[in-house]
Amino acid sequence: MNRLPPKKNPLKRTQVPVSPPGMRSRAATAMTVAAAEGRFALQHCGECGAVQYPPRELCRGCLSDALEWRDTDPSGAVIAETTTRVTPDTYFRGLMPVRIATVLLDAGPSLIARLHGAVGRGDRVRVAARIDAAGQAILLALPEQEGTEVRDDPTVRELSTDPRLRRVLIVDGRAPEALALARGLLEAGAAHVFVGLSEIWKPFALRDQFVALGACSFVKLDVTDADSVQDLAAEIGGKVEILIDNARFTRPGGVLGRADTVFARQELENGVLGMIRLAQGFGRAMQARGQDGVNSAVAWVSILPIGALVPQMSHAMASASGAAVLALSHALRGEMRGSGVRVINIYAGPVDDEWHQELPQPKLAPKALAQAVVKALVEGREEATAGEVARDLYARWREDPALAIREALGGTTA
Amino acid sequence: MRTAPYEGVVVTAPFTVPYVRFSPRPAQYWIGAALRGALAAAGLGPRDVDGLTVSSFTLFPDTAPGLTDHLGLTLNYLDTVTVGGACGAVALRRAARAVQAGEAEVVACTAGDANGIDSFRRLLQSFSRFAMDASYPYGAGGPNAVFALLTDHYMQKYGAAREDFGRIAVAQRDNARRNPQALMRGRLTLEDYLNARMISDPLGLFDCVMPCAGGEAFLVMTEDRARSLNLPFARILSAVERHNAFPEDSVQYRGGWAENAGRLWDGAGIGPGDVDLVQTYDDYPVICAMQVEDLGFCAKGEGARFMAARDMTVTGDFPHNTSGGQLSGGQAGAAGGFLGMTEAIRQVTNRAGPTQVPGARRALVSGFGMVNFDRGICTAAAVIEGVQA
Repeated sequence: MNRLPPKKNPLKRTQVPVSPPGMRSRAATAMTVAAAEGRFALQHCGECGAVQYPPRELCRGCLSDALEWRDTDPSGAVIAETTTRVTPDTYFRGLMPVRIATVLLDAGPSLIARLHGAVGRGDRVRVAARIDAAGQAILLALPEQEGTEVRDDPTVRELSTDPRLRRVLIVDGRAPEALALARGLLEAGAAHVFVGLSEIWKPFALRDQFVALGACSFVKLDVTDADSVQDLAAEIGGKVEILIDNARFTRPGGVLGRADTVFARQELENGVLGMIRLAQGFGRAMQARGQDGVNSAVAWVSILPIGALVPQMSHAMASASGAAVLALSHALRGEMRGSGVRVINIYAGPVDDEWHQELPQPKLAPKALAQAVVKALVEGREEATAGEVARDLYARWREDPALAIREALGGTTA
Repeated sequence: MRTAPYEGVVVTAPFTVPYVRFSPRPAQYWIGAALRGALAAAGLGPRDVDGLTVSSFTLFPDTAPGLTDHLGLTLNYLDTVTVGGACGAVALRRAARAVQAGEAEVVACTAGDANGIDSFRRLLQSFSRFAMDASYPYGAGGPNAVFALLTDHYMQKYGAAREDFGRIAVAQRDNARRNPQALMRGRLTLEDYLNARMISDPLGLFDCVMPCAGGEAFLVMTEDRARSLNLPFARILSAVERHNAFPEDSVQYRGGWAENAGRLWDGAGIGPGDVDLVQTYDDYPVICAMQVEDLGFCAKGEGARFMAARDMTVTGDFPHNTSGGQLSGGQAGAAGGFLGMTEAIRQVTNRAGPTQVPGARRALVSGFGMVNFDRGICTAAAVIEGVQA
């Protein structure tokens, strides 16, 4: 699995994306919310402490309705397994055979999970919750030890967005994290990285460092120009398996600081309208290739300021633009459902660059942002943070969004 | 706790609408046709029925009340028995209690389901909330995959072999070859069974039932009424039901029968050795073995070997699923839960024709249904004894 799959026969029809079974109860959707964050969570009873699965409305031990989704010890043992070879479902028919197992968790309940190729009956496993092509959580029993052979398992690949063997477009090559991102993706096994440059004729100090990475090429891309996006999509749209939208224009300040809307307009042009142009240019092609073999199109990554969730007074317009992109990103996630393309939101804290000079530490090193993106891709997370500030604010927002937003205005003691 | 006996109540007029692999006819047809057949067998008309039980998966958007309107019935007693493959024994005992208590005079117990192209997939993907959330999205193998897990575990735990399960399937095919209504009547050898393509390991093709359309019905009434109609009938010696037994078991290896066997046989006043034939619910052979052992025919874990060591054909020493069961007859949805009951009524009233077990008087009928998540929830069993009118 270290080499690209052979070139596709252009005379053959590309596999048409078919959604796996995608309907869930509202309670089970809560498991998907945790899975999107890379967590394995089950219902714990707030009264008797029982851990239960599948998700219920009440505790099956004491009928309490005080059920809480808590991170749960994923360790367990495979006590039965089967290789399913026949199904009436169109998605799974294309994947047969499919191995599943009954896993008895140390935490108590037993569950049905997909099986990694290296584990079977009698083995100790760890259960992970992964987002599938329907956008829903699927439980997957993995070997206890992590490693690249774990990543390359076909079932793990189906249930992740691994950059290995895939071609990636980094939309803004001039962004501070772009070089680290290209390096991290290639180290993770990406087949090629397209680096977008607006005004490609302009001097670019890091050019040689990108070139030194190897499987990297520059492409002309200006997200504020619909023709530029369409031209590039026409050229490489069928080759982009992961698109990382890091285009942004950030200026500090609140609402009252300026007498015009020049910067605000530029933030919208780059962030919001840019995202729409990219989606209109690349989205359909990616969607169509969502189940196109080993290097299928798999992820759309939106890098957002944490202000998209918890508006930041210091960068009000970046927060507004981020919030707008986030809303569009959710919509895109819904539109991509069933295709195999996941939409990943990375919430970044203030980056350590010239536009966040006046903010206190800790600020986000570009390299740390790049690492967060690669990690989310490898693990198939749809919601992830980058940096301590983003992690802190995200946790507050998850706990109580209204409180987090109010306290971000200041006036609340630590 | 000992339940009251089913005194003065009998079961009669079994009727099976011949099964069809695919049919455009909806559930209302199959249930109605079964009802008409049972009433004709009893010499009764729709106006004579004042009680109805309905078992079906595919009546939607109708429910049982809609069916009364559809079929022109006016009732004192109406019960929806949605316990899947346990519905035969459960419908029987509930109907018997209604008649015994004077709530109804004649209760028609009915079961039927449609099977059109693609309807099985649609049934599976929304079979239950837990199936939708936690089993179907895992390869969409349906019950085959869930029972493969359960069979795998049972084989490890008790050392049962595929050959043991194969003998159950092969004997049922031998029985089906006597039954002109069975859908699968081609010769089947143990070798065929073992060499068949795997469906969900360790389950092969002949471990699995074929979905089809069909309907079944029988009537429950007072013994006096049956005698006045000059009908052959069977008395209900005992009947039990239990749902969601042993929820703490990590994988199902036993069912509610294990909790109810004492009550069943105490109520019947006889033991497992005193029945002339056994009708188990046979969605998969491992479930037959589980019923036989949990109901006391042999020690726990010995079921598969116990059965394999016997002649399970109509003329054998352990007649089992004498019509061929679902494994050879097809699974007509909820009607599959009635198939063993209608056949048992025919057997103990000496009306089974080509599959008749010579001299059969008493039968055990057991049922199993509703794979809600990773196991069957509903279990039931009944012992009936035939009386020649």
